[in-house]
Amino acid sequence: MDIRHPVPTIYGYFQEKYGAIWIEEIGKLKESFGDAIENVLMPVESPVDIPTLFIKKAKAHELLNLLKNNYHYSFLTDYTATDEMGVDTTSADAPRFNLVIHLMNLENKARIRIKVRLHEGEAFETLIPIWAGANWAEREIFDMFGIQFDGHPDLRRIIMDMRWEGHPLRKDYPLRGYQVFLTPEPLDPELLK
Amino acid sequence: MAKDGEIDFFTTRFEDVINFARKNSLFPLPFGTSCCGIELMSTLASGYDMARFGAEVVRFSPRQSDLLIVAGIVNLKMAPVLRNIYDQMADPKWVISMGACASSGGIFNVYSVTQGIDTVVPVDVYVPGCPPSPEGLLNALLRLEDRIAKGDTYSQRRERAQSPLLGGSK
Repeated sequence: MDIRHPVPTIYGYFQEKYGAIWIEEIGKLKESFGDAIENVLMPVESPVDIPTLFIKKAKAHELLNLLKNNYHYSFLTDYTATDEMGVDTTSADAPRFNLVIHLMNLENKARIRIKVRLHEGEAFETLIPIWAGANWAEREIFDMFGIQFDGHPDLRRIIMDMRWEGHPLRKDYPLRGYQVFLTPEPLDPELLK
Repeated sequence: MAKDGEIDFFTTRFEDVINFARKNSLFPLPFGTSCCGIELMSTLASGYDMARFGAEVVRFSPRQSDLLIVAGIVNLKMAPVLRNIYDQMADPKWVISMGACASSGGIFNVYSVTQGIDTVVPVDVYVPGCPPSPEGLLNALLRLEDRIAKGDTYSQRRERAQSPLLGGSK
């Protein structure tokens, strides 16, 4: 047996199980969103990968709402970001960050990945009205990448010390950029009220 | 007293008697932050039984303990907390740095991890391993007891240096 052969998930191989469903759903989405869907990457190599939709920022909330309410992708399994600095060399003005949103369909256990490309300094509208669980995930993205979320009720650092400068998971943050504090993190007086 | 009931005596220093008492009644405070903490629990449990060496009463309050066992990785955000706990312990106090992460940062040479807890608190005994086996920790405990008996730990040296009675200056 080839050890590189992907092991099936507990729901089997995604590709053979959900391939037809994905093609149908993404076809429908492409019809209704048109140009707003920048790119679709279907999983060709790995039978346990899931498709990726690149959606424009302006239409992202509409798409996510539709996926949640009409397509049963109601579970936000993961919400994170990646720093793509220097990856896209085709254009000088390529967006720096990818917001990565993983959704799961609780009816048939299919999964899908949505990506939103953001320039540096560009803010994204919060997803809390759609998924309340996005709250801490957005705080973590803000902490690690410095992406701002409009409409977030409490956008503070969640992991790093509140006195920390910079955002550690950015590619230009030094790997050993230690910042030493001699006292424990001060308590936010607002939280005691 | 000798075995036959005759009165016997030996001479020693008062300091040595105190150190004899100290080394046989260590009260450890477990500062377990990751997987080394599991080995620490195993060492305290019945299989290895740290109680055999006089360190059986685990206290979860720094005010009641004199041996701080740092088992696991200490992040930069955790470092001031560790220092606070060390400062709250009553003198004399000892520190065992258990495992590669606590001793040197281990494989985590990144922005968020202290490169060894000796940058934060004075350490008496280091235990290598990832994680160390319970035998390793027991060995470290015995080495620490030897050093306490000799008065050769950080806390005791500082005590001597600060006490005019023992030849130090305040």
